[in-house]
Amino acid sequence: MAILSPSIDLEKPEKIALRTQYGKTLAELGEQYPDLVVLDADLACSTMTKYFADAYPDRFFNQGISEADLMCTAAGLAAVGKIPFVSTFALFASGRAWDQVRNTICYSNLNVKICPTHSGLSLGEDGASHQSIEDIALMRVIPNMTVVVPSDAIETERVIRWAIDTEGPMYIRLVRPNHAVIHTADYRFEPYKIEVMREGKDLTLCATGEMVYHALLAAKWLSEKDGIEAEVLNCVFIKPFDTETLVKSARKTGKVMTIESHQFIAGLGGAVCEVLSEFQPTPVKRLGTRDQFGQSGKPDDLFKAYGLDPQSIYQEAKAFIQAS
Amino acid sequence: MSTPMQNQISNITRPDVQTKLSIQDLQELTRQLRLDILQMIFEAQSGHPGTSLSCIDILTCLWSVVMTHDKNRPDWPERDRFVLSKGHGAPALYAILMHEGYIPKEEIHTLRQVHSNLQGHPASKYIKGVDISTGSLGQGLSAAIGMALGLRLNQSPAHVYCLIGDGESQEGQIWEAALSAPAHNINNLTAICDRNGLQIDGCTEKIKPLGDIGSKFESFGWNVMEIEGHNFQQIIEALHRSKSMGQETSKPTMIVAHTTKGKGVSFMENEAGWHGKAPNAEQYEKAVADLQPDVYYQRLREA
Ligand SMILES: Cc1ncc(C[n+]2csc(CCOP(=O)(O)OP(=O)(O)O)c2C)c(N)n1
Ligand SMILES: [Mg+2]
Repeated sequence: MAILSPSIDLEKPEKIALRTQYGKTLAELGEQYPDLVVLDADLACSTMTKYFADAYPDRFFNQGISEADLMCTAAGLAAVGKIPFVSTFALFASGRAWDQVRNTICYSNLNVKICPTHSGLSLGEDGASHQSIEDIALMRVIPNMTVVVPSDAIETERVIRWAIDTEGPMYIRLVRPNHAVIHTADYRFEPYKIEVMREGKDLTLCATGEMVYHALLAAKWLSEKDGIEAEVLNCVFIKPFDTETLVKSARKTGKVMTIESHQFIAGLGGAVCEVLSEFQPTPVKRLGTRDQFGQSGKPDDLFKAYGLDPQSIYQEAKAFIQAS
Repeated sequence: MSTPMQNQISNITRPDVQTKLSIQDLQELTRQLRLDILQMIFEAQSGHPGTSLSCIDILTCLWSVVMTHDKNRPDWPERDRFVLSKGHGAPALYAILMHEGYIPKEEIHTLRQVHSNLQGHPASKYIKGVDISTGSLGQGLSAAIGMALGLRLNQSPAHVYCLIGDGESQEGQIWEAALSAPAHNINNLTAICDRNGLQIDGCTEKIKPLGDIGSKFESFGWNVMEIEGHNFQQIIEALHRSKSMGQETSKPTMIVAHTTKGKGVSFMENEAGWHGKAPNAEQYEKAVADLQPDVYYQRLREA
């Protein structure tokens, strides 16, 4: 458990790109882990695996624009004891190569760390063809797969360092833009746990990835403007899901809202509803893209267009409280 | 493998509207379209200039010379079809579709903005003239084969054109499609490969060498032509010839077009870094200067 540090100014946060942190962390780990290998599919300058490629060219494989080939090559490397970290855009990692991930990586339970960048709406201007807003759903449904969605650069670094020491296939979902830092340098990451970033009694806001920051801002405004105290859960693990922490919070607040840069079907919202309906039936309101494709635009314009900016979340939360 | 014909074409006739465009007209038109492409990308501060400048000459020959189509009947079943499999060339497609009257000229300012028709990659939902949405590389050639099969079943005279990237050809699906088309004796399909030698991370031949793409397709059962992809005469000859060759041989045709990524803007030419980056104000000014008639035609003559 790590409550948001008072030293973090949510209105004016420092911003760091998760993918940059990812690339630098891989390069740092290169020396300590001689079995670490990194693969990319012609996006090393975008996913930032280029940091590792520059430092360890012999252990970097650019497979070209061949995502199916990319995934199965990583599987082969893992099968002989290497620790492959694989990057491309999230849509191509999860969508284009889904069958390869399922059948060659996960069925054999191989130690492949799939770390795509450019997930979610914040991919921005490239538009719907590149916006991965189905990947949490696609990946969490595969047996043996662990699905992790870091909320900022600091958490990304912790997750990568933990993942390299943890066996098994993983999908670690990262985003493109410079993103608010919501953890301090002394952050202690707890694997498999939801992080309670703010305590509250009136409503639980379950958020993941880039939406955790938006949820924290909305919760701040709810408290300051309306006296509504929202509990904010950073659901960094989508799978396995931390049932205990969610159930405890839902029991306290009696209302749960889920927020994700992803379809509102089958992702975080789906996971939360599955857990609650079984262990603690609770009214749930799901925010996400509503069974629709994305489009081109600047990330902040897109968040507004799809009701995922802090202001829309604030209003939805207020309406949810008032309706019940 | 056939080489393009050398005879001089002075006037090219477009079947539907009987417009006559000379090589000079095409040169001037593509100069202006290059300016449109850069304006779109500069204003959006996002998009793929190198890619678009690489293929605009080919797209212009297709849409303004070779293809049979009618902007007033965008759903006309007999129209020729075009699939931009390398969907990130969208600004080039939008530029020629604006010129041809499929997209209102005012929309030039809306590229990649929220609620715009000019999506980052071409989407059939938003644009007449785009039958199949693209952007995820490697998929368009199969889709074009599907169109060709369907049109054949309909006994339509329409021909299908598809532009793929060379980096894109590292996708396995391109080679699945390469096997499919001859298997179905497709005779109404012309694929063009924008062979600029570059992809995002650098040279295709360093990352995952494609080697002689033409002979690869030839060995898969295609008619193959190699052309200079900025030479209008060669482009048009090859496109026309591919259609008749299809009829004669019952084979699909691949035109390997040797191009220069970033063509027309000195500092973008052959630079992988300009694949998907918007110019800043100063760079834009320099690019526009390169595209003024005196400089542009001088550089063309020297090339
Ligand atoms: C399946 C897929 N993987 C990756 C990308 C990202 N991407 C966009 S353009 C590009 C390079 C394309 O190179 P090439 O086909 O040679 O096109 P050109 O040189 O004409 O720009 C890549 C890797 C994509 N759009 N689709
Ligand atoms: Mg290329």
